[in-house]
Amino acid sequence: MTGFETEFTPLQSLAGGVLIGLSAVLLMFFQGRVMGATGILSGLIAGTAPGDRGWRAAMVAGMIAGPLLVLTVSGQMPAVDVPVSWPMILIGGFVVGIGVTFGSGCTSGHGVCGNARLSPRSMVATVTFMIACGITVYVIRHVLGG
Amino acid sequence: MRLLSAFIVGMVFGTGIAISGMINPAKVLNFFDIAGTWDPSLIFVMGGALMTTFIGYRLVLRRDAPVIEETFQLPLARDIDARLIGGSAVFGLGWGIAGFCPGAAVPALGSGKWEVALFVAALLAGLWVARAIRDRQTGKGALA
Repeated sequence: MTGFETEFTPLQSLAGGVLIGLSAVLLMFFQGRVMGATGILSGLIAGTAPGDRGWRAAMVAGMIAGPLLVLTVSGQMPAVDVPVSWPMILIGGFVVGIGVTFGSGCTSGHGVCGNARLSPRSMVATVTFMIACGITVYVIRHVLGG
Repeated sequence: MRLLSAFIVGMVFGTGIAISGMINPAKVLNFFDIAGTWDPSLIFVMGGALMTTFIGYRLVLRRDAPVIEETFQLPLARDIDARLIGGSAVFGLGWGIAGFCPGAAVPALGSGKWEVALFVAALLAGLWVARAIRDRQTGKGALA
């Protein structure tokens, strides 16, 4: 399964990245927590403490509202093109859920917040999942499917 | 106050994911496809996010406490062990298979595409199963 070209968007990507960082800073400012999608979702399904689910659900609702806000302002829904088959989506989603739980975080928790705190754990985790993802994409696109 | 601030934080995050292109698996997978249809955009996402968080955390953490809670709750774990590296490698494998990471998939639900809902359902199942395994191994444990 080979990919198709996507447009190089340095300015939008930088601006979006700044907003992602801003959200992490705001969560630290308001609630004193790191912004990790893994932790938010995991706590939402498991309920770590009484009354702990409400803000997590509110945050998930806000996340989903983000692209709808972009749609409202720009008149266009940001592209979400899924170039993989449904069994791969299913397997990939389950595998991601297992991995981020044992790895204690994902691209937001380790990749953004942990690295910004200069956490050695997060640096090791980030390098590991980036390399593993790169190898996986290479094997799927150029060894198995190419 | 807590619900409202959490909603706003989520919306800023989701807007960033949407504008940056992280919301689009085709773009994310192309970032990793250096040997094929490479799209380096995500370097700029990571750069912008890291720069902002690095500076912003230093300003915020000068305060004695956050606005709503009484203390800052920073992750305390320090060990670089097989669980961290193995888990992260498995995450990278899944990310490369499907093209979504958790923080990109949740905002992508806003697109209304069934593929995203399928990914998130599988992700939640994986989180639930992994938590059950981990809690049985270690007794009850908290996630950072």
